[in-house]
Amino acid sequence: MKTITSHSPEETQSIASDLLSELPDNSVLALHGDLGAGKTCFVKGLAKALGIKQAITSPTFTIVNEYLQPSPLYHIDLYRLGGPDEMFGLGFEEYFEKDGVKAIEWAERAGDLIPEDAVHIDFWTGQMPEERVISVRR
Amino acid sequence: MNVLAIETSCDETAAAVVRDGHDVLSSIVSSQVALHARYGGVVPEIASRNHVECLPSVIDQAVAESGLDWSGLDMIAATYGPGLASSLLVGLSAGKALALRLDRPFCAINHLEAHLYSIFLGPDAPDVKNVCPFVALLVSGGHTVLYRVEGIGDYRVLGMTTDDAAGEAFDKGATLMGLSYPGGPAIEKAAVNGDRAHIHFSRGIQKKITEAIEGLDPSLCFSFSGLKTALLYFLKKNPIAAGNDLASVSASYQEAIVDSLTGRTGKALRDERAIALVGGVSLNSRLREKLAGLAAERNVNLLLADRAYCADNAAMVAGLAGVGRGVIGDQAMSTDACPSAVVS
Repeated sequence: MKTITSHSPEETQSIASDLLSELPDNSVLALHGDLGAGKTCFVKGLAKALGIKQAITSPTFTIVNEYLQPSPLYHIDLYRLGGPDEMFGLGFEEYFEKDGVKAIEWAERAGDLIPEDAVHIDFWTGQMPEERVISVRR
Repeated sequence: MNVLAIETSCDETAAAVVRDGHDVLSSIVSSQVALHARYGGVVPEIASRNHVECLPSVIDQAVAESGLDWSGLDMIAATYGPGLASSLLVGLSAGKALALRLDRPFCAINHLEAHLYSIFLGPDAPDVKNVCPFVALLVSGGHTVLYRVEGIGDYRVLGMTTDDAAGEAFDKGATLMGLSYPGGPAIEKAAVNGDRAHIHFSRGIQKKITEAIEGLDPSLCFSFSGLKTALLYFLKKNPIAAGNDLASVSASYQEAIVDSLTGRTGKALRDERAIALVGGVSLNSRLREKLAGLAAERNVNLLLADRAYCADNAAMVAGLAGVGRGVIGDQAMSTDACPSAVVS
């Protein structure tokens, strides 16, 4: 387990970028943390590292935002789901078959549906307004 | 022409009959808000399951209240996107099936364009040619977009949110403050008699990361995730349970969202003749008040939809189909649900 303290949104983004470079292709990143803990900011860093030019907006409403060029990123947000039993019929598991990075916010709500080889990352707010503590479980 | 339309893009199951694009003969909305309230948002599986259960009776009621019988319908329309894939599919499939059964043309409509059209419904609606071009602010749980509208079917995106939608900022802010879902009405209610200047929250101007969306002016784009974080830190230091004034925190938070929306709308306004405010968040009284002030100051009209057509409804879908927009015929029958459809 590795724990890193970020002092700004930019630093959170470069932590994301650094981590991505160490991971195999098509990794599943399961992100855990409260509202405002820096999960979406982290995903913006992944997108930048992948060369995605589009703005990474919140997938809370749509559940899944797909960015296919130049390298696929599936940004999934389970905030509005109560638990794994509410995910049937969403086609959620199909995303794990696809090429590309899968970043899942509120991943704990998917329970056992998250693949075993997923990299789990925890986010906490720090003492200072821009401080975030990011911990990678591998 | 009488159009029956179905709308199931998110948490409302709706059907409506509209004559000639303007005259609303019936508009039925069966809300699932109570079902979703305990989750603080919309749960897609619950949403689609309930659309399946509610839709037949909602359609029956829309036709019955229209005063027409089935043979009096000239076209069937439904929303194809954007929205939740599984929910969209329910209304879209029902619309196609009904069109086949009644032997009428089918029309697939974009949900966002339907919101832009909502101001043209009803007896008091303005004439399109008297108000174009106008700037439209579309604000809802899933969307926050500024458009320049030259005419029906002729739109340009001027700005949009770079992170959370305004309605989502209300919902998540309400969750942080321990208020109920949906967050917009809950915060508005809590904010009555609160001091709007109690806390000065950021208006979403990002100091460090200037995120530009390709082709858009960053000063016309919105950001609400920083505001949510600012509220989080404020509440950490000043818990509401410790006697902190919920009314004033709500009022200050609402003011930050409303200021951000109004400020950018003002910046977007150039030679346009009016400002249109559409989408579910357009029901917020403080937002209406501030935009009315902006419109008066700039000597343009403020166009609002009837309150019945602000949040998701099917009348706006039927109206837009009735004026010849949307995908029609064979192409409509093969149109799939498109969760990330845009208007351009």
